[in-house]
Amino acid sequence: MGVVTPQIAHFEAPLSLSCGQSLANYCLAYETYGTLNTERSNAILICHALSGNHHIAGTYADDPRQIGWWDNMVGPGKPVDTNRFYVIGVNNLGGCHGSTGPSSINPSTDRPWGAAFPFVTVQDWVHAQAGLADHLGIERFAAVMGGSLGAMQAMQWSLSYPDRLAHALVIAAAPKLSTQNIGFNEVARQAIVTDPDFYGGDFYAHSVIPRRGLRLARMLGHITYLSDDAMREKFGRELLSGQHRFSLEVEFEIESYLRYQGDKFSERFDANTYLIMTKALDYFDPAAEIGGGDLSRALSHAKASFLVASFTSDWRFSPARSREIVKALLDNRLPVSYAEIDAPQGHDAFLMDHPDYQQLVAAYLNRVAEECA
Amino acid sequence: MSPSIRADQAAIAEWIRPGSSVLDLGCGDGALLDYLKDNRDIRGYGVENQPANVIACVARGVNVIQIDLEAGLSGFDNGSFDHVILSQTLQAMHNSASLLREMLRVGREGIVSFPNFGFWKNRLQVLGGHMPVSDDLPFSWHDTPNIHLCTLTDFEDLCSEIGASVKKRLVLNEGKTVDFMPNLRGNVAIYRIGAQT
Repeated sequence: MGVVTPQIAHFEAPLSLSCGQSLANYCLAYETYGTLNTERSNAILICHALSGNHHIAGTYADDPRQIGWWDNMVGPGKPVDTNRFYVIGVNNLGGCHGSTGPSSINPSTDRPWGAAFPFVTVQDWVHAQAGLADHLGIERFAAVMGGSLGAMQAMQWSLSYPDRLAHALVIAAAPKLSTQNIGFNEVARQAIVTDPDFYGGDFYAHSVIPRRGLRLARMLGHITYLSDDAMREKFGRELLSGQHRFSLEVEFEIESYLRYQGDKFSERFDANTYLIMTKALDYFDPAAEIGGGDLSRALSHAKASFLVASFTSDWRFSPARSREIVKALLDNRLPVSYAEIDAPQGHDAFLMDHPDYQQLVAAYLNRVAEECA
Repeated sequence: MSPSIRADQAAIAEWIRPGSSVLDLGCGDGALLDYLKDNRDIRGYGVENQPANVIACVARGVNVIQIDLEAGLSGFDNGSFDHVILSQTLQAMHNSASLLREMLRVGREGIVSFPNFGFWKNRLQVLGGHMPVSDDLPFSWHDTPNIHLCTLTDFEDLCSEIGASVKKRLVLNEGKTVDFMPNLRGNVAIYRIGAQT
């Protein structure tokens, strides 16, 4: 993809949020790749997952090592082919990589929002993204796509703005979190809020970050994003020093990996953003929201064509959850294809190279490109 | 350009009402559904479990759902399709009877095609002491997906056993209709079946 430059869009009209509050003004960080055609019909919006952001592909001039999180999927000649599509990545509201969020300055106090930042939902994100689409002059997306929490946004797009997208690519998704999933999120949140450096969310004023909490949250997350097999394959029971040392220092390879991931994450991610994003995940439930508890009824609002994909070893968002979505789409006679990719990596598989997966997305988007050419 | 399809698929296409809804079980690369979309204006979905076939369907714009047919059709509602097709797939299924029942639950009508094991050339090979290998049955006995081969008579017996009615039968030999001694002279059979009322 080469070097890309993030941009900021400022919005001065207030945005009402699902929680009842509203943001008087806000900004969204975004990146674009490829060229918008004259008909403005070849735009694809890519929504990010829990810890992602707008940097989907390419690198930064001042930081060539910072490669976009879906660089293997998005770029010239890649499944999301930027020679044919105009691709947009956006950091969600509440984020910590340039969009307005808890670490931004609250104009009414001139201090970081911290715990005062309102809770946002998947619907709020989608409304904000629609504002960005307006800003960029895109009336209708050729496709909206994402994995995990990103896939939930793609689904929400088909419900909130059924006429503004032709296709939704819903990858490694669930129609709502399971109780177990909410449980994992709550452990992660408790790790953060009980960190003495959290200061009730206002740690910015104390010039600290709740590093220990973020580390634990991320370590837990990583365990659930991988399959048991993938972890065994990757780390086994290997010992760093080759023998038991009867110590609480890092001994097993897996410990080293988790600590490394936790440390890295705590450097780059805002604790309040993590809390808000996991809550948005927990709250997502279109069936309850607009279907009276029935997913098929909820999806009767959708008009898009769908590609749904899951991964066999994903136990966090298992294939059975994707099949619930497919069933509801079939009940509504909506065009849908569903693939269950035989991948060993667990939930993280949606970010990884897999020939079937990449060919599937390429084949689907090739049709989309022909439609909007 | 319309995709090219097999003789039994062409015969099946004749039975598909224009504008109807079609579920094609074991749809392969989606050629039949693609053909029906172009020529019968159908709304269709395929079911397929081979990744390469799933990708081939997606590539040609055919809706395809990747599930294992052996696990049944629980993702599909009762009576949600006008036609449910099972072409050249029955012989590879473990649960042949329950799949036929599922077809008639999900569809108003089932269309089933299969290679006729009673075809004289097959009988001749068995008489000669070998399991048949032919264009319709190209696999060696030890390396074949075809685990439940049957004759016309066998299939009709199974239909009555599960309470399915045969509405129509077409037997082909090299793509031509066979009326006389079909169980001996036909290499492929196509049935329209419905739930007995």
